[in-house]
Amino acid sequence: MTDATLYPAPGRKHSSLLQQDDRTRRRNAAESRFKAYGIVAIGIGLAALAVLLTSILSNGTGAFYQTYITLQIELPQAKLDPKGKGLSEDLAKVTTIGYAKLMTGALAATMAGKGIVVDGLSTKDAAEIISKEAPAQLRDFVLANPASIGTTITYDVLANGRIDGYLKGRVTYATAKLDSNVSPEQLKLADGLVANELLAKQFNLNFLKFPDASEQRPEAAGLGVAILGSAYMMLVVLLLSLPIGVAASIYLEEFAPQNRWTDLIEVNISNLAAVPSIVFGILGLAIFINFAGLPRSAPIVGGLVLTLMTLPTIIIATRANLKAVPQSIRDAALGVGASKMQSIFHHVLPLAAPGIMTGAIIGLARALGETAPLLLIGMVAFVRDFPDAPPSGLFDPASALPVQVYQWTQRADPAFVERASGAIIVLLVFLLIMNAVAIVLRRRFERRW
Amino acid sequence: MNDMRILERTVDVTDVKISARKVQVYYGTTHALKDVDVDIKDKTVTAFIGPSGCGKSTFLRCLNRMNDTIASCRVEGDIRIDSEDIYDKRVDPVQLRAKVGMVFQKPNPFPKSIFDNVAYGPRIHGLAQTKSDLEMIVEKSLRRAALWNEVKDRLQSPGTGLSGGQQQRLCIARAVATEPEVLLMDEPCSALDPIATAQIEELIDELRSQFSVVIVTHSMQQAARVSQKTAFFHLGHLVEYGETGQIFTTPQDPRTESYITGRIG
Repeated sequence: MTDATLYPAPGRKHSSLLQQDDRTRRRNAAESRFKAYGIVAIGIGLAALAVLLTSILSNGTGAFYQTYITLQIELPQAKLDPKGKGLSEDLAKVTTIGYAKLMTGALAATMAGKGIVVDGLSTKDAAEIISKEAPAQLRDFVLANPASIGTTITYDVLANGRIDGYLKGRVTYATAKLDSNVSPEQLKLADGLVANELLAKQFNLNFLKFPDASEQRPEAAGLGVAILGSAYMMLVVLLLSLPIGVAASIYLEEFAPQNRWTDLIEVNISNLAAVPSIVFGILGLAIFINFAGLPRSAPIVGGLVLTLMTLPTIIIATRANLKAVPQSIRDAALGVGASKMQSIFHHVLPLAAPGIMTGAIIGLARALGETAPLLLIGMVAFVRDFPDAPPSGLFDPASALPVQVYQWTQRADPAFVERASGAIIVLLVFLLIMNAVAIVLRRRFERRW
Repeated sequence: MNDMRILERTVDVTDVKISARKVQVYYGTTHALKDVDVDIKDKTVTAFIGPSGCGKSTFLRCLNRMNDTIASCRVEGDIRIDSEDIYDKRVDPVQLRAKVGMVFQKPNPFPKSIFDNVAYGPRIHGLAQTKSDLEMIVEKSLRRAALWNEVKDRLQSPGTGLSGGQQQRLCIARAVATEPEVLLMDEPCSALDPIATAQIEELIDELRSQFSVVIVTHSMQQAARVSQKTAFFHLGHLVEYGETGQIFTTPQDPRTESYITGRIG
């Protein structure tokens, strides 16, 4: 016999279910207030995101379009290859100054041909609307196509950053008067060229292919080296952190005895995940560069530092996913006589793999966007040369996407604002792709039991 | 099934398969199993009954050293299978578990195909040389588990897609595929409906001709139906062990009598 009957039934007041009492009304009001707070919070978040995206997109899409002047350029054999043998050593003797003269001539000829006359604009000033990078590009073109010597080619000449800015609305006659780098006359020339359809914006794939350019040449600056550097670093991070992280997690989760040492290691791994990334940069500087003597600005060092940073994330994600595999699966495997390692590698790990991959990709995405540690190991340097193919290229100087954004925002020329926003778009696209891959992996391979 | 059938059954095999002496099990500081002495005979179904938390599952898991996977668990005493001490330092638990198969309370097929579920054990133990050997083992095991006719057309479909009773029979097929000598069953029917339970019980009775079966059960009716020997556990002690008919009709210990008549438990 239990004690349930010891107490008499309580005397209840009769109440109707059709009528809400005060208490219910207050609780319902509190609930709707809470819902409203939630909606407001989400609204603020979405608004902030919208502002961020519109500002980046409106600033950055310009970077994917670049202004070019279409010129008929004569490539005289007498100047470019006086010996007439077509040998590449002979061609290489002509410097960019020689090509600049050809371009100046071509521009003057075009102006004369189309009848574009601007008062008070000398030939030299007119030639300044051509980018300083353009002669080098033409030279590269001729060296790659020696057959073009002696002919007249139609060539899209890269325009100066200010002229590019004029077509994109960044530069106006009013600002040109105050600007020592561009004059209203040059803008008039640009108007004349636009009227003759010789000056126009074109889609600029070179933004993704070209290396960085100097402060004076924003129009030629590209992300080529930065994208390659980031890709190399991600390669290093993936190859190192995934096997090390997964191996460490499996050991800690499945094999390690529960004692004070493993507890200490566990606490430290959790703490490492929260360590500011710049601290890893200092560590990398001290160990990999000063002690191990690895080169500065190299993707290998960046990759190693980012590996250290990513490892705790991967270990925590992997352990959580290993823990989520039900004990019954392990029991089943052990019960038919599988060894511990067989039960883990045949059953537990395949079941945890989608989650592990997701964790690894999210860790990689974080590493891809990381800037601070890279600043300390010298990846903030100005790098014009593309690194070689891996593995030797891992030791060549390179830049990285987030560092490139940081560098461009430091520069004075407003054209670099557009470049930086463009680089942010590229970075965000890469991150979106990685996260999408993570989601697809999870959806496709996640198993239920 | 008629519960009175138990009286007609006699145990004709006498050799002892498993013998346990003075077995003590501790979980940390909790003394879970005290002084258990038992002799389990070959080709017999032995049932362990008792109220929840009495140690019957713990003892079952000692027999294939599954308790090794629990860090805080400590086993003392002497457990011999075919007069070999299974807690000897030279014994590899993996080898032991190939000899002593186990079926768990909840059906736990691998999230793989039916074929791979059954083939896993033979594969890791190298029991099949060729693919056709393996297919034969799988068919034989599924037939022994009375599942073959239901799944023969869909061996490649996932084992987790079967019904609960079929999953449990799949687990039995998986356990018998490695040709164990002893089959341990930890409440194999507690997650199943009565029809699936009846099928499994019938199966257990048939498996008796080839294996020594030890089954833990909460249902005294089940113990009475399937077993020849019954052991009653209470609060970590093995209270009484004997012929099933004798335990259920003339229990020697007052605690056994209270339990089977439903006064404690």
